[in-house]
Amino acid sequence: MAVLSTPKSAVELASKGRPLKEHLFRVALLSSLAIALIFLGMLLIYVLEEGWPRLSPTLWENMPSIRRPETAGIQSGIFGTLWIIGLTALMALPTGILAAVYLEEYADRTRWYNKVIELNISNLAAVPSIVYGILGLGIIARWLQFGFTVMTGAITVSLLVLPIVIISAREAIRAVPPSIREGSLALGATQWQTIWRQVLPASIPGIATGSILALSRAIGEAAPFLMLGAATLVRFNPEGVWSSFTVLPLQIYNFISQSREEFHVLAAAAIVILLAILLLMNSVAIWLRNRYQKRW
Amino acid sequence: MSAPVRAAAPGSPKSLARSRPRYGEQLIKAILLISALVSIATTVGIIVALVEPTIEFFSEVSFGEFFGSTTWGPLFSPPAFGVWPIIVATLEITLIAILVAVPLGLAAAIFLSEYATPRVRKIFKPVLEVLAGVPTVVFGFFALTFVTPVLKDWFPFLGLEAKNALSAGLLVGVMIIPIVASLSEDAMAAVPNGLREGSYALGASKMLTSVRVVVPAAFSGIVAAVILAISRAAGETMIVAIAGGFKSVFTLNPADEMATMAAFIAQAGSGDASVGSIPYKTIFAVGSLLFIMTFFMNYVSARLVQKYREVYE
Repeated sequence: MAVLSTPKSAVELASKGRPLKEHLFRVALLSSLAIALIFLGMLLIYVLEEGWPRLSPTLWENMPSIRRPETAGIQSGIFGTLWIIGLTALMALPTGILAAVYLEEYADRTRWYNKVIELNISNLAAVPSIVYGILGLGIIARWLQFGFTVMTGAITVSLLVLPIVIISAREAIRAVPPSIREGSLALGATQWQTIWRQVLPASIPGIATGSILALSRAIGEAAPFLMLGAATLVRFNPEGVWSSFTVLPLQIYNFISQSREEFHVLAAAAIVILLAILLLMNSVAIWLRNRYQKRW
Repeated sequence: MSAPVRAAAPGSPKSLARSRPRYGEQLIKAILLISALVSIATTVGIIVALVEPTIEFFSEVSFGEFFGSTTWGPLFSPPAFGVWPIIVATLEITLIAILVAVPLGLAAAIFLSEYATPRVRKIFKPVLEVLAGVPTVVFGFFALTFVTPVLKDWFPFLGLEAKNALSAGLLVGVMIIPIVASLSEDAMAAVPNGLREGSYALGASKMLTSVRVVVPAAFSGIVAAVILAISRAAGETMIVAIAGGFKSVFTLNPADEMATMAAFIAQAGSGDASVGSIPYKTIFAVGSLLFIMTFFMNYVSARLVQKYREVYE
């Protein structure tokens, strides 16, 4: 309808070539993407340049310190992050994928409780991560008395990434065409046999991509751990799930909070490590998607 | 599914219905349902975690003092509980972020959805995804040690403090660009091609088609994206804690240091407020407020997305 009110465009069509306005619009659109790109580039270059002097093996061989920035390292942060991510993968991925299978393959969309579950998941995906920290503090650390341990951190961050896992797994499962399911059912397979032998194998690349992205979100998350006592200086690696811990992003936050300039260099170096891990994971995810994406 | 079964057995004496119940299948369905219910348990857990300390908080601090005064300092002595300074700081930083993210994100979405060839999309989409994957501590670090000094150099008349709302807001804005861009692009991609073709047939140019046909048709989805982005910005913690600071003064000047609600929670939560003390309960009271605000926005956003899905899919 909007088009009808602008007969001028018909005249423009008649003129040869593209009018200037069209070009400007296109340039404006492209430049806003370019701004994001340039910004990202600047950020990466800046962090690399700042952190370069400290990018040596001492960085991951040594423990953090708030007295000697020249020799302080990030080992306890790296190990803490590995523990958290491992446990999160064990808890959040199976739960999320199973929930996605339920919602896509079994749930009757017209039932109110399924609608509530769906709306609840999209809601949870946008709850601020600091609120998950409050959940971890109030329920898991205090009420369940898990304390400020690796377990508490892992459960909290699992709940945080669960909606992301569910949403991406659902998309992957939905992309499998119904004819695959119908063919399997017609051959006499039960519903679960169909899901287990046809639907899930066909959607694994998509599920894997989403899972990697969800885990990389968990790696970069700092706010919930702030509430879980992981902020204090931890100079040892976690020994088990009931050990206290810190994670890499919080270690970085700690360094940034120190006023001495050397700590900012240290923070930048730790950021380079963190970004390298995340970029690697993102590239694997994007590669997986491009490599195995099937057009049915 | 039941239709072919009936059609295949006209007049057959033997029923094709399941002859015995499949308990294994039932069990599996139950396990799957339980997994889906974990998300409900999470919401319940959040609410339970928030409600009790919040009620206790309001039994000691009056509603009138919380919402009626403008001095905030629960961690000081004597403590003050007027919540407005941190609400205003949250709104201000969110506003700055939205002013950055909406134009850039929307333009990026229009470009990707209407102008870009598949090859160009394949280059730019991962860039947005990488931007979305950058941890917020990194943005905070960049705001504090790069953006603020640069702004101080270029615009000395602003009188920026070392920590200020402006840099924090700008970086929160950059953080939410991918949210605005990718969700708006989804909404635009859902607009049927017939609308575009109709517009071209009437002689409209590509720009007119994008701005006057595609964007209005995808409007509810775009609004949903923006609301979600606002909610993200309001709840962002690390950037504002690092670059925006913890000082809560009732001010509107973006050059000043100011603590948002999330920053306050982070500050009080990472300190050692003893369990049951008033500062400890304040964390939960502010948390409730933040949760209610974002929950409301997320709900509106989710409903809007449902609406455009119903219209076009």
